[in-house]
Amino acid sequence: MRAIEAVRTGGLRLQQRIESLFDAVFGAAGNPWRHLGALGFYFVWIALVTGIYLFIVLDTGIEEVHTSIEYYTHEQWWLGGIMRSLHRYAADGLVLVMLLHLLREFLYGRFTGFHWYSWITGVPTIWLVYASGIGGYWLVWDELGLFSAVASAEWFDWLPIFSDPATRNFLPGVLNDRFFSLLIFLHIGIPLLLLLALWVHIQRVSQSDVFPSRALALGTLAMLLALSLVKPTVSHGRADLSAVPAALHIDWYYLFIHPLMYLTSPAALWAMAGLFTLLLLALPLLPRAKRQPIAVVNPPNCNGCRRCFVDCPYGAVTMLPHPDKPGHELARVIPELCASCGICAGACPSSTPFRSVESLVTGIDMPQQPVGALREEMERKLAALAGPAKITVFGCACAADARALEGNDTAVLNLMCSGLLPPSFVEYALRGGADGVLVTGCREGSCAYRFGTRWTEERLTGRREPHLRPTVPAERLRVAWADGHEMSKLKAELADFRQTLQSLDADEKRPRAYTPRRIQHG
Amino acid sequence: MVNKSPTNPVAIAGQVLFYGLFAAIIGYFSTSPDYTHLEADKALIKLSFAYHGEPVGECRERSPEELAKLAPNMRVAKVCPRERSPITVKLDLDGQPLVEAVAPPAGLSKDGASTLYRRFEVPAGEHFISVKMNDNVRVQGFNLVREEKLTLKPSQILVIDVRKDHGGIFFE
Repeated sequence: MRAIEAVRTGGLRLQQRIESLFDAVFGAAGNPWRHLGALGFYFVWIALVTGIYLFIVLDTGIEEVHTSIEYYTHEQWWLGGIMRSLHRYAADGLVLVMLLHLLREFLYGRFTGFHWYSWITGVPTIWLVYASGIGGYWLVWDELGLFSAVASAEWFDWLPIFSDPATRNFLPGVLNDRFFSLLIFLHIGIPLLLLLALWVHIQRVSQSDVFPSRALALGTLAMLLALSLVKPTVSHGRADLSAVPAALHIDWYYLFIHPLMYLTSPAALWAMAGLFTLLLLALPLLPRAKRQPIAVVNPPNCNGCRRCFVDCPYGAVTMLPHPDKPGHELARVIPELCASCGICAGACPSSTPFRSVESLVTGIDMPQQPVGALREEMERKLAALAGPAKITVFGCACAADARALEGNDTAVLNLMCSGLLPPSFVEYALRGGADGVLVTGCREGSCAYRFGTRWTEERLTGRREPHLRPTVPAERLRVAWADGHEMSKLKAELADFRQTLQSLDADEKRPRAYTPRRIQHG
Repeated sequence: MVNKSPTNPVAIAGQVLFYGLFAAIIGYFSTSPDYTHLEADKALIKLSFAYHGEPVGECRERSPEELAKLAPNMRVAKVCPRERSPITVKLDLDGQPLVEAVAPPAGLSKDGASTLYRRFEVPAGEHFISVKMNDNVRVQGFNLVREEKLTLKPSQILVIDVRKDHGGIFFE
């Protein structure tokens, strides 16, 4: 257990450095590392579209298919050939991004707790991707296809499930068009099952990242097209049941299992595949930190605005008819879906600290870090600040550790997720004595709760409700996203921000002061 | 999205570089390195059959008393045991045993076909192949035999099968 955790945290540090590098080149929206799942979907769609074209034009009889594919590969290379290459390379790309997606989600620890559903439902998709891809090679019915079909049959024959060995279907004189039609049916049916499995896979995340940004989509398509032109996919010789081909240009993304089987044995390959699957399925069972309390709705303070419902990254908030106010709605938290991130509390308009109630209770709140307690902590820390440039830092427990910035002139409020920050807290801090506010958290795409970074940035820039009021001077607010390994970058940002603030006159760009008023509600 | 894709020349060059690397990784492992399934001087022998053995016992005529106990529509005079004999097979190459195995009949009542599939990589060239089978427990020794001197070319696949309509054991 400790070994797995050590590998995971070490790998995560490396992964985040790589992602930071790619952020600089692609931007977070176009960074392929941050959208591996979306890229996977994209490759599936490319394979489906090109596959439909190939299914329409190819002769699919066992004697005709090879001739037909050769025609489209060489004679009609400008359309049929490119479609074939796109089909092949999209399928290869799918395996690559799927395995990287699996690795990345593991490194980020997204296999346990509330992530278990997405993790577990992802495991069958691996099998379906391989079943879809390997079956595609058989349809070409060249030497490689025959080799793969025989090797697959020998592998399955180890299981006591066939009355006749499946391998006997590939002996001379046995194979016919009828069996070949079955293979085609499988190559259509299994990818459809894959689509169904992918749909199930994303059911517990809202606003799923299933299509890459335009820049990433166009760049990836251009890359596949260029590859198809530079290295078009070609067939081996026609399948020959009486001879073993000398050397095979094997597709290692899919067909590596065949050499592995011949290097070991069918039983060993089943053992490896089974153990790998079981290991993936067992990961969510590993001991983990105690589950955090989930969000709690306070009906008297919920006005049914639906912002928490819209912003929840996991669809854990639903809206129900208000029991006492006809025509109104009331938020309700689904316990098994709640990730305990607090993004809903940050979305709630009742979370504003300007409310005059003595005890601030918001419409939807986190028991472990209630908004009322956050206001009290901020007021206490603001009062204790000293120095020429007093700064309030809103940090994130999942990102670079903002607590290390705490000092006489720096108050740090470390949130469970940056998404928990109601934007009005920024204005409240500035009007309550801070010279500047620094907001930090995970980089986009690294957020442990998917949308904490994005929602916060959009709220602070007025593109999402609840938004920061435009009267708040931009000069006194700094946003600096920094992952766990970027502590030095965060410190440098703070130092630079402090310098900027010191260059401003005391009253320049400063919102008018605000003196809290408190009303006791009886 | 929070951050748009950078459009400065260095970032564009970096994107082209990484897309190129992505394409290279996809393209290379899509066909390389080559895999040699069978060494150039080897041939492959596949011993494979799906074959019903003979019934384990003789058929016999029912006595009039036995027939009388049966429902009228079930009164068939001849009755045969349902269970089939397992297939014993022995394959020798140049006098050396490659395999000796027993393939049991399939099915809960052991009335299905006996199946077997084995593959052997052998040096190409001239070989004396001896295949012996027994498909009847009531017969001692091997009642199906085929022995032949063959020249196997490099990479050739020789299938050894047995079917009643092919006259027993055959090479293909």
